[in-house]
Amino acid sequence: MIEKSMNENNLAVDVTDLRRTFGDFVAVDNISLSVQRGEIFGFLGPNGAGKSTTIRMLCGLLMPTGGIGTVGGFDINKESELIKQIIGYMSQKFSLYDNLTVEENINFFGGVYNVPKEKKTERKEWVLNMAGLTEERNALTRNLAAGFKQRLALGCAILHEPHIIFLDEPTSGVDPISRRNFWNLINEMSQAGTTVFVTTHYMDEADYCDRLALIYRGKIIAEGTPTELRKKYMTRDVLEVNVDKVVEAFNILSFHKIDAAIFGSTLHVVTDDAETSREHISKTLRESGVTVKGIEKIPPSLEDVFVTLIEVS
Amino acid sequence: MNILRIKAIAKKEFIQISRDPLSLAMAFLMPVILLFIYGYAITFDIDKIRTVVFDMDKSSLSREFVNQFHESGYFRVNSYVESYKAIDPYLDSGRARVAVVIPEDFSKNIRKGYNAQVEVLIDGSDSNTATIAQGYTLAIAEGFSQRMRGSRVTPLIESRSRVWYNNELKSRNFIIPGLIAIVMAVIIALLSSLTIAREWDRGTMEQLISTPIKTPELILGKLIPYFLIGFADTILTILMSTLLFNVPLRGSIMLLLGLSGIFLFGGLSFGILMSIAGKTQLAASQAALLTSFLPAFLLSGFIFSISNMPKPLQIVTYLIPARYFVTILKGIFLKGSTLKILWLEALLLTLFAVLVFIAANRKFRKRIE
Repeated sequence: MIEKSMNENNLAVDVTDLRRTFGDFVAVDNISLSVQRGEIFGFLGPNGAGKSTTIRMLCGLLMPTGGIGTVGGFDINKESELIKQIIGYMSQKFSLYDNLTVEENINFFGGVYNVPKEKKTERKEWVLNMAGLTEERNALTRNLAAGFKQRLALGCAILHEPHIIFLDEPTSGVDPISRRNFWNLINEMSQAGTTVFVTTHYMDEADYCDRLALIYRGKIIAEGTPTELRKKYMTRDVLEVNVDKVVEAFNILSFHKIDAAIFGSTLHVVTDDAETSREHISKTLRESGVTVKGIEKIPPSLEDVFVTLIEVS
Repeated sequence: MNILRIKAIAKKEFIQISRDPLSLAMAFLMPVILLFIYGYAITFDIDKIRTVVFDMDKSSLSREFVNQFHESGYFRVNSYVESYKAIDPYLDSGRARVAVVIPEDFSKNIRKGYNAQVEVLIDGSDSNTATIAQGYTLAIAEGFSQRMRGSRVTPLIESRSRVWYNNELKSRNFIIPGLIAIVMAVIIALLSSLTIAREWDRGTMEQLISTPIKTPELILGKLIPYFLIGFADTILTILMSTLLFNVPLRGSIMLLLGLSGIFLFGGLSFGILMSIAGKTQLAASQAALLTSFLPAFLLSGFIFSISNMPKPLQIVTYLIPARYFVTILKGIFLKGSTLKILWLEALLLTLFAVLVFIAANRKFRKRIE
């Protein structure tokens, strides 16, 4: 495996003004970002924001329409095949071979990634163990539960022990417990020195990352550690309004020019002064005949941050 | 080029094929069934053409004449009628293809030394049979005439014809070798056309192109299992031809297999090219089928002789690899041709295979577009 020495800044990923258009549609609009070696870097945003397009450009699967950058020291425009030698990639759509067994899939990717003969068995057992599939090595991949499939896919992507891995929505469609376990895995790899670039649309996973970039409509609207983001963008308070008729309450508040967002069965209202707002909201809703079960000040989550930022942009 | 990566791809394809009953059926059953059906169904041999006779003379001479038809083996006189009108239902329904009408002065005229006219009605809706029936009829009439005349006139030039390579003029011998080319062309195009398009459809291609694998390694890896299957099919069809259809194999089997291998490689590369060019499995397989079957069937010289085609079409046939393979097959089966004779066809097949392989490599992009 060819390995270029990392540039002085120790940046695993370093791109400037990355851009990608599809005809008239601008999927990625001049974004710049950098990822330190060994970092867990999260790329958050709703569906269609440009996450997958970005990650594909970084992995050499899509040619950028504009911009320059390096991954692992290799140029993304000119050296994409070299990039593929040093990275691991897990695509958004599950992409192992359904009609192969667990072991056959591992053998296949081991061969394709040129895992050295001496290490083949060791790596295979490591992946089987990591994915919890040691007893299931002869099971057909299509018969596995979603959580196991994801771990197997991750395992196959890192058979060759790459230093940088790109995971595109690795936890989509997986139950919360499996999601936690998956992130434990990612943490372990990061401890061992691997750089992990993850995209996700689950805001609660943001806290698992070292640094984040929030992307919306092809642009990065915020960047930093989870704490930095909270501090910087959430100078205001968040009130959680508990009612039984959420949509009705939402409509009433909107009518009275109070900005609210629906969060499951509650409403979140961002405000400069929690106390005054609390009374105001309570009064408004009661006058309109909505029963208010409670209004509480809560610590702002990244989701609140994001929703606010989107409204601003 | 990394052999291990090629091996990994080939192994995976093998496993997938072996677990897909449809692919397996297509790979092994289809050539057998196709050869079976076409081999038995297509025949240009005319045998025992059903004949109806309206004999108005009813003399021993007229009976002898009718007997000539019967004795030739080409006609089967199975009905006699007593009027013109009675002939129509036979010809209309196809119960007879030929009707022989003998006038009542037939034997009288012959004994007097005059010309006797016999009317022969032939069903022309199958012009092939009709033409042959006509030929046989004329020959029978000529033969009978000579006997009646007592062969008083000796022709100056006596022609004795011998047919080379297919003495019995069995059309089966002529059809089956070419048929092998058609069957193989279709099978391999179909099989290989799905392989790349399917991976795009299922999403596994995205994962594959994110790895360090090189395009030639991917294509070769995918070719290998289908090549082996195609080769097995070739042997199967050769065995069927010789054992089941009794087509003689007069040339070298090694040469036959070797040149078949080249044809296979070209056909498979072509299927893979279709797989790369077509965005979906459906588009790829349709394109592959259309561009392999129709040209092979119509323009390879398999049944329709190339020299009878209009000039522009003749030029087109030079571009069709099945054309060269049909020549090779007929040559090795029926004429025992050697490489010395078939070198040009072999060269052109190789050229085609190489060019298409390169084209497939060029066309494939390790990118999502």
